[in-house]
Amino acid sequence: MRKLLLESLFGGPATEAAPAPGDAELAEVGRALERETGRRLGRSLSIREVDAGSCNACELEIHALANAYYDMERFGIRFVASPRHADVLLVTGPVTKNMREALERTYRATPAPKWVVAVGDCALNGGLFRDSYACLGGVGAVVPVDLHIPGCPPSPVQLLRGLLALLERNAR
Amino acid sequence: MASGIQTFLTAGAPQAAGPWPRAEVDEAAWQSATGRLAAGDWVLFGLWGDVNRVHMAVLDEEGTPGILTLPCAGGFPSVGASHSPAIRLERAIKDLFGHEPVGAPDERPWLDHGHWGVTHPLGAATPSPADGVAYPFLPAEGPGLHQIPVGPVHAGIIEPGHFRFTANGETVVRLEERLGYVHKGIEGLMAGADLSRGARLAGRTSGDSTVAYAYAFARAAEAACGAEPLPRAAWLRALMAEMERLANHFGDIGAICNDAAFVLMHAHCGMLRERVLRAADACFGHRLMRDRIVPGGVASDLGAAGAEVLRGLVRHVRSTFPALVRLYDDTASLQDRTVATGILTQDLARQYGCSGYVGRASGRDFDARRALAYAPYDKLSFNVPVRSEGDVDARVRIRIAEVDESLSLIEQILDGLPAGPIFGELPVGSSGEGAAVVEGFRGDVLLWLRLDPAGRIARCHLRDPSWFQWPVLEAAIEGNIVADFPLCNKSFNCSYSGHDL
Repeated sequence: MRKLLLESLFGGPATEAAPAPGDAELAEVGRALERETGRRLGRSLSIREVDAGSCNACELEIHALANAYYDMERFGIRFVASPRHADVLLVTGPVTKNMREALERTYRATPAPKWVVAVGDCALNGGLFRDSYACLGGVGAVVPVDLHIPGCPPSPVQLLRGLLALLERNAR
Repeated sequence: MASGIQTFLTAGAPQAAGPWPRAEVDEAAWQSATGRLAAGDWVLFGLWGDVNRVHMAVLDEEGTPGILTLPCAGGFPSVGASHSPAIRLERAIKDLFGHEPVGAPDERPWLDHGHWGVTHPLGAATPSPADGVAYPFLPAEGPGLHQIPVGPVHAGIIEPGHFRFTANGETVVRLEERLGYVHKGIEGLMAGADLSRGARLAGRTSGDSTVAYAYAFARAAEAACGAEPLPRAAWLRALMAEMERLANHFGDIGAICNDAAFVLMHAHCGMLRERVLRAADACFGHRLMRDRIVPGGVASDLGAAGAEVLRGLVRHVRSTFPALVRLYDDTASLQDRTVATGILTQDLARQYGCSGYVGRASGRDFDARRALAYAPYDKLSFNVPVRSEGDVDARVRIRIAEVDESLSLIEQILDGLPAGPIFGELPVGSSGEGAAVVEGFRGDVLLWLRLDPAGRIARCHLRDPSWFQWPVLEAAIEGNIVADFPLCNKSFNCSYSGHDL
């Protein structure tokens, strides 16, 4: 173990430069934050992730944000275990009818000010599952959405870009 | 009496089926087959509903697959009554089609939580209230017992499901799972879809196995159309499948150690996983290789530059991974958590036909790439690691051994990749049925489909390996401490989405 630790110590960081937040995300987030002017969270975001029917691909890429290459904690972004500690709900999936109540209750348990970021193509409008008897057709059908990060699944860079946009606007 | 599935099926009414024999049988034959399952002669491979029918896929004592079909109007003799691995599958059949498993030991709904606004959506589809139904958990009573409800929204970034623990102090007396939260109605959406939409739906059944599902769907569709996969496409599919296995095994090995609070391993495995995904992106244009396998072939070819990326990846893993394995071996505090934790007995693994690392860590020597060999695995050489301990440690070590095998397979594929086209249109308007099994990273994915005369999907069933892994997790956790559940659960890493469909 010692050798591995020393190598990591002297090998230089694996972490890569952050992507710039995209203009589209900044504009979308800007609209969302105008509603919450006057209340600032500083340069930090606590995120509660909610899988509302995803195929788990979005979760895999959200997980990747924590690996050494993306290291999202350097931006003050961290995932928390309870919605009561969260500023942001990161919601994936077409929202299955069986998950509706759980999503609503998670939203209600999150203290204001709060933002909802819908992740993935399904979360926008249900994607491929839109017409199913078992799905509601997107996160917006259940809770108000402030930012949508598209992709099937979005890559970690796309996810970071969206979250950094939220952070940038928030800090201004 | 000791007849295999082939002779068994010739007694029924044989149906024009895909690569496997299928026959319509009567109730007596159905019950006789159930007896063979209960006796342990055969393995239940799948059980699913259809309009006015139920289908049962089995592996006989030789490992030969076959499908029995029982016409049913309203009810069918329960398989779960004498063979418990069938219980949840039957509850799902009843929820989706309304066919009643007569004599079933558990009459509670499974996927239907009472929110769909429709009952038996794939059968009679009658409108119903959508305000939910109460779900009675199995009782566990005694002095000092308390319950811990967990989920569906969990503390970590994982899929939703509910776990009801009954504990005595720290010790788990009973765990009961309740699943179905991510039921998306995939089989309902499949009906009437064309093959291209079907392939995309299949690839979104369980995101971590998107390659395995698309692979199984493509092979089943090709079987239904009577087409053979193109050689180069077949080899590229296997290449993607091994990349998917590598990425997931790295993720799992790291995450299991992380659940034992050994973060260093998680950090290094996370980097290896990322390397694999980036190589996949460079070679096939998508990190998870989603929608890259299609009926008729594959959607992206591998060029010389891509092959070099993959060889570089193999070299990198070979130069870094052994140090991580040594780290795992040399860290006594980590092994203190993984060894003898969450033991799945060999008997249960055999009875449930557990596949993947869950079965192979508990002595079940089965791998669809070898047992039901499909191209190009019939031309490749690889070992199937098997262990007998059945604990968390064994499931880690199976994955470690499989990483080595996948690296070797990737090299063999790069060396032997045949030239030629990667895609050919399937015959238009072919009707028929097909079945396929693909060994995903988690275990065998079974896919069965029937096409209508217009070449559209009439019925498609996707059976995730998790159906035969989730139930035995309940048994493996018994007597362990509550705090070891995340560790045990991650070592199984069952799919919620693949199971809930």
